[in-house]
Amino acid sequence: MSRSTKYLKIFAYTYLIFLYAPALLLPLFSFNASQIIAFPLSGFTTNWFENLLYQETLHEALKNSLIVAVSSSILGTILGVLASRAATRYDFTGKQISLTFILAPLVLPEIIVGVALLIVLIQLGLPLNLWSVVLGHTLLILPFSILIMNSAFSNLDISLEEASMDLGENQFGTFYRVILPLVFPGIMASLLIGFTLSLDEFIIAFFLTGTETTLPVYIWAQFRFPKKLPTTMALGTVLLIVSLILLSLSEYFRRRAANSQNSVL
Amino acid sequence: MILNIKPETKKGWRLLSTPFIFSILLLAAPLTMMLLLSFWTQDYLILDRTFTLNNYIEAFTQPVYQLLFSRSLAISLTVTFFTVLLAYPMAYFISFHGGERKALWLFLITIPFWTSYLLRMFLWKVILGYNGVLNSFLLWLEMITEPLTFILYNANAVVIALTHGWAPFAILPIFVSLEKIDRSLLEASRDLGDGPFHQFFRVVLPLSAPGVVGAALIIFIPTVGDYITPKLVGGTDGLMIANMIQVQFSKANNAPLAAALSVSSLMIVAFISIVFVLVNRKHLRRY
Repeated sequence: MSRSTKYLKIFAYTYLIFLYAPALLLPLFSFNASQIIAFPLSGFTTNWFENLLYQETLHEALKNSLIVAVSSSILGTILGVLASRAATRYDFTGKQISLTFILAPLVLPEIIVGVALLIVLIQLGLPLNLWSVVLGHTLLILPFSILIMNSAFSNLDISLEEASMDLGENQFGTFYRVILPLVFPGIMASLLIGFTLSLDEFIIAFFLTGTETTLPVYIWAQFRFPKKLPTTMALGTVLLIVSLILLSLSEYFRRRAANSQNSVL
Repeated sequence: MILNIKPETKKGWRLLSTPFIFSILLLAAPLTMMLLLSFWTQDYLILDRTFTLNNYIEAFTQPVYQLLFSRSLAISLTVTFFTVLLAYPMAYFISFHGGERKALWLFLITIPFWTSYLLRMFLWKVILGYNGVLNSFLLWLEMITEPLTFILYNANAVVIALTHGWAPFAILPIFVSLEKIDRSLLEASRDLGDGPFHQFFRVVLPLSAPGVVGAALIIFIPTVGDYITPKLVGGTDGLMIANMIQVQFSKANNAPLAAALSVSSLMIVAFISIVFVLVNRKHLRRY
């Protein structure tokens, strides 16, 4: 190994430590006995995790977040499937420009999306509640769903579809009994990614919730109380584990979606 | 002509119309409404719908907004620069020396970013604070005698936290562009007498330019409008334009000004991004 490669390797490992530093603090200090987040560590405890069981407002926020995440991931995925099917199967006028527009939230600062949605809701005199957050999150999830579904649909062999039509299925039957099962892993991946995005999203939820808070908005409020810090760290640890599981599952389904052709033929 | 629509166009639009209409209603309409509102004025709860440029004049001439715009841009550009600078050698290492373990390295890099953005940014406050993790650790090791104070509640803290938070968004695109480089080009350059230094600057770097430009835009655009990080670790000297937009909306009750500030930030970001792409077009088009 040349000397420059050795330096490069040292750099890569150091950088990796920098990238892990904050995330490693979560489990470290959520089991630490002291209320103050500082070194040296003072002993092992599971108190902070037990605390989570008795926070009424936390449970309420969790319930709200689950409602929002489930609804927006389903809505976003349905819209994503429609858009992506159109994009991968047909070639038509206005396709590129309208798709680019639908994908725009990927490159817009979230605060702009949040402010714009809030302005419309206020101007129309609509109430701010969990459903306004669901709509906002659906808008954010849709581009991700399209990107995931595009790879699932583009692996689809058009001859399978033709075979089904030749064998007497109508278009709906073909979609329901041939295409849908083949892209199902992609749909699962999109649902899981959407769910995770929504569960973590703060800015839009912060702008658009009325009195019902979501989990990130609840966590934001907890930051003001130094005494509650270790409990918040414990909550963060739990959320990290949940995200890890959800995203590993989504990765598993995404790979299956990419390989679905091989498993059928 | 009207009746002569291709069947494929009809089928395509039958599928695409629902998501498209959804995006019109939830994105185009709100952005248009925001643009309209920025030309109006609000006095407490009464909205005056006469066209005026006053909000924009205020946004661009009041020192406080000028300061916030320039600070947001300065922070965001610094973050973009350092993130790409740090990410490049990492992506290079994985692509050229990752061997069998490329996928594992990429996986390792993304794991810490599966924690929520909110918590990660908050953890930087815990790390950089006066009695924080870093200071208590350094004191414990007796490397310093009193806590460092220049690292929290200022622009430095915002830069550190954002440089960390956006790292994978730089590493991944640069890695992809490095992977695309035909390795035989490197052999050719070596055979023609290029040393490692020339090889990197004359072959590898120009060929990976699309990844670098992409990474820079992916980081620059959203960080200008970041709200969470400056609010948590920025103190008063590190606040950015998004924090002011939120204040104008809620406490100051001046939605039209908030709209004008939002539209202005969007325009500034778009302008800089377009100039950046045009400047780099030479590299992007050649390959």
